[in-house]
Amino acid sequence: MITKEHIFELLETVLDPEVPVLSVVDLGIIRHVEIQDELVKIQITPTYTGCPAMKMIEMNLQAAFAVENIPLSIETILSPAWTTDWMSENGKLKLQKYGIAAPIGLAGRSLGLFEKEIQIACPRCQSVHTEKISEFGSTACKALYRCLDCKEPFDYFKCH
Amino acid sequence: MNIHSQHKIDYLLYLADTALILGQRLGEWCGHGPVLEQDIAMTNISLDYIGRSRLLYQYIATLTESDEDRLAFLRDEREFKNVLLAEHPNVDFAYTVARQFLLEAFHFPYYSELKNSSDLQLAAIAEKTVKETAYHLKWSAEWMIRLGDGTEISHQKIQTALNELWSFTGELFDPADYETFMLQESIAPDLNSINKSWKEKVQQVISEATLTMPENQWMQSGGKQGIHTEAMGFILTEMQYMQRSYPGLTW
Ligand SMILES: [Zn+2]
Repeated sequence: MITKEHIFELLETVLDPEVPVLSVVDLGIIRHVEIQDELVKIQITPTYTGCPAMKMIEMNLQAAFAVENIPLSIETILSPAWTTDWMSENGKLKLQKYGIAAPIGLAGRSLGLFEKEIQIACPRCQSVHTEKISEFGSTACKALYRCLDCKEPFDYFKCH
Repeated sequence: MNIHSQHKIDYLLYLADTALILGQRLGEWCGHGPVLEQDIAMTNISLDYIGRSRLLYQYIATLTESDEDRLAFLRDEREFKNVLLAEHPNVDFAYTVARQFLLEAFHFPYYSELKNSSDLQLAAIAEKTVKETAYHLKWSAEWMIRLGDGTEISHQKIQTALNELWSFTGELFDPADYETFMLQESIAPDLNSINKSWKEKVQQVISEATLTMPENQWMQSGGKQGIHTEAMGFILTEMQYMQRSYPGLTW
């Protein structure tokens, strides 16, 4: 008999290939889990529309469940649209330890032209003396920052 | 296929093709940007557009006997319904910024309205799209202002780009038959109200950028009906070459 607890244990082992400290649960992309007889049905939602990691996450989910011979069906839903508000607090701590500044505040407020984000703390030295280099970083979910004290560049997981 | 579903498919193709072709154009900057950060910005935006086109093609595929790859890689020029502005060559950074800004200032109010579409799948796609469009609009508007209110040369280059691209903006607000049908079904937004928001935004940014509004002129159209500029054949050749040469190729 499969339990929901066990399903979540499995889900916790599936990581975001681009930020390999966050599980799909930490990311907040698992929207619904249902057990129907022997079949597990989950609904996931993409982070960004063009995120190339989504396909890989689906494959890794299938692989994680296949190891235990649990049939899995995955449905992608688009609405409500994913937001960093759904990221777990534990996930934010893991991000910070990994060297990526975690999203601050609630999503939904859009910045005016040339308006600066509130102070983002450097994940290395905690200084808030930092500046944005670019809104767009190595992946869709991150912006590029630099620390003006320790001089290191870092990624900020955008509030989205 | 009845006339209603054909109009709907044409309408979805117009949205999907505009996203794909603009995404492909921006992708041409990969490795060629003026500075690394802006190279990354343009390719990030490109990826958002390609992602958007995939959601739309996947939706079209559920309504037709097709799949997303066939729709993107195996249709001919006359079957593409993207607006002419999306296929316009990059030329230089100023043209790319001006093209992007003119389209984002359109897409932001457009997809905001489309969230209320009576078609729920389209409304869900719009809900995701509009969040990303906010970043694109901010990026392109800020660059319009930096270049316009920058040096003498940057000012001149962005003004030239704006003037040259202006004749392709009329098409955005000139509804094709399928758009009129979709408006009647409350699937597509009303272009008159979008036009009003677009004009306000464009005027505001052009003025802040110390640029001059281009004069009213004759407007080019045809893309929505599959009548394209010379540039279209070239972009499709590059984009479709692999699938045309090696049918069914996968990674
Ligand atoms: Zn630091």
